Amino acid sequence: MAEKVLMKGNEAIAEAAIIAGCRHYFGYPITPQTEIAAYMAKRMPKIGGTFLQAESEIAAINMVYGVSSAGKRVMTSSSSPGISLKSEGISYLAGADLPAVVVNCQRGGPGLGGIQPSQSDYFQATRGGGHGDYHMIVLAPASVQEMAQLTIRGFELADQYRMTSMILADGTIGQMMEPVSFDFDIKEAPEKPWATTGTQMKREHNVVNSLYLVPDVLEEKNFERYEKYALIKEKEALAEEYLLDDAEIVIAAFGIAARVAKNAVNAARADGIKAGLIRPITLWPFPEKTFKKALGTAKQFISVELSMGQMIEDVYLATGCAVPVTLCNRAGGMIPSPEQVYEAIKAAHGKAGE
Amino acid sequence: MERLVNDMVVFEKPHALTDVPLHYCPGCTHGIVHRLVAEAIDDLGIEGKTVGVAPVGCAVMAYDYFRCDMIEAAHGRAPAVATGVKRADPENLIVFTYQGDGDLASIGTAETVHAAARNENITVIFINNAIYGMTGGQMAPTSLPGQVTQTSPYGRDVKQCGYPVKICEMLSMLDGPEYLERVAVNNVKNVLKAKKAIRKAFQNQVDGKGFSLIEVISACPTNWGMTPSQALKWIDDNMIPYYPLGVYKDRSAGLIPGAKEDK
Repeated sequence: MAEKVLMKGNEAIAEAAIIAGCRHYFGYPITPQTEIAAYMAKRMPKIGGTFLQAESEIAAINMVYGVSSAGKRVMTSSSSPGISLKSEGISYLAGADLPAVVVNCQRGGPGLGGIQPSQSDYFQATRGGGHGDYHMIVLAPASVQEMAQLTIRGFELADQYRMTSMILADGTIGQMMEPVSFDFDIKEAPEKPWATTGTQMKREHNVVNSLYLVPDVLEEKNFERYEKYALIKEKEALAEEYLLDDAEIVIAAFGIAARVAKNAVNAARADGIKAGLIRPITLWPFPEKTFKKALGTAKQFISVELSMGQMIEDVYLATGCAVPVTLCNRAGGMIPSPEQVYEAIKAAHGKAGE
Repeated sequence: MERLVNDMVVFEKPHALTDVPLHYCPGCTHGIVHRLVAEAIDDLGIEGKTVGVAPVGCAVMAYDYFRCDMIEAAHGRAPAVATGVKRADPENLIVFTYQGDGDLASIGTAETVHAAARNENITVIFINNAIYGMTGGQMAPTSLPGQVTQTSPYGRDVKQCGYPVKICEMLSMLDGPEYLERVAVNNVKNVLKAKKAIRKAFQNQVDGKGFSLIEVISACPTNWGMTPSQALKWIDDNMIPYYPLGVYKDRSAGLIPGAKEDK
């Protein structure tokens, strides 16, 4: 049994990144994710790495672009307003097919919003956020252990598919402490023959670029990228299923919302209501197959979210609106209680029984 | 009749430039500056370990023209990208950015100032031609007072849109940067001075001295609405009086503006 240490979620992300071989981190202070920068500031100089507090989130993401161009594993982190600023750079990373890991420890919005936990950047994360046709791989941890595990997975997927992995956490998981084990098998980063590491006068120059002025060439680039996305949708979608086999009322919830919802599912089961839970771990690609499977027994889906209802649109799409889908939510930094979710399950059960 | 045959090479293209034809307008001085950068890279024998960062603007396709590894950055972000590249492998890579005035002195001011403040060990080539060339001649942060452009059709009114940004003067007040020089490429004498300055800016990086920025006063005849020779004269008559040439900071040589004498 591997040793476990008690750690904050944000710190677990930072340590996991270092274990994954990330030696370059660029950040800018913003609540509630600053522990990541503080941890990196302490650790990186001790292991020959680079921690740099950039002049802005925009500069930080462009430093990420530079390190990634040079073929090294690199990470930045921020919270919602800062991710909006990074979105320009994330679009360029996508356009140049560069791997990177970006952490969004979400807080309430829009605008400056608040500093309490939220899931209201779901659209921004799963639809791209910046301009142009692109996606990120979006991973949604629900525990401190998963903060570590999915960060490492994020680096592997980013390198494998040459794209950005986003860790879409929230202020709760970032701030809370849980025991975490760092006993991971780390895959070596693949060769990066495309990287700008200097020609050494031995090859043609490498160019990292997202500009294609000839429209049919740019179209072809987009087609190629979407072939890659189709492969990722096929291979990488991931969800936790909880009491799903016979579930009539199916909760869809990710991150901290899923932990609340699990309590409500247990309470409903104790009352004889066949409730179950799908917890998407990858938000993009969305685990559509799990939802289609659940349609075998489901009479209603309830999307439990810390937002005004964003993932619910993917639940509609994945289920083809075959059965009703309702929303159970809080927003602005508030978290639904297990009782609120339980009431939603009971109401759905009553309606389904009519 | 006897023909004189001389196989001695007296002039050739620098190795660090590719054979791709440049897309620049007739009379544009980007070509000269590209050549000076390539000559510096050749002279120092650093092509194999150099990574260039191209801007958004007229020089956006510089990545096709230089034979070293190249990166195309977002508008204004080249110093941040260069910071990342340099920090990825500081012992082995030589990193330069090539940026215009809109890129470096307007949208990318923060990235420029902070890369200089950190004394990032990079080389910045800054083309100041007082106009946005690629988008068709809009007012730049460095457009002169009274200068007519597409977006200052009655001349730059300093009451309404302020004064030009003097990058070398501004950065020279920072403790960070190693070397700041303003040069021009409008005549042979100035081109030779510019060549020396650019070479020094790369040499400083090789020597680990830190941030060097060379501001190159350049011509944009197309968007200035002039012939190439009128444009070169306009640099002498209007640009250089407003943007005096010379070394603004050279820490290693003890030229540090504002430094207390009793230090």
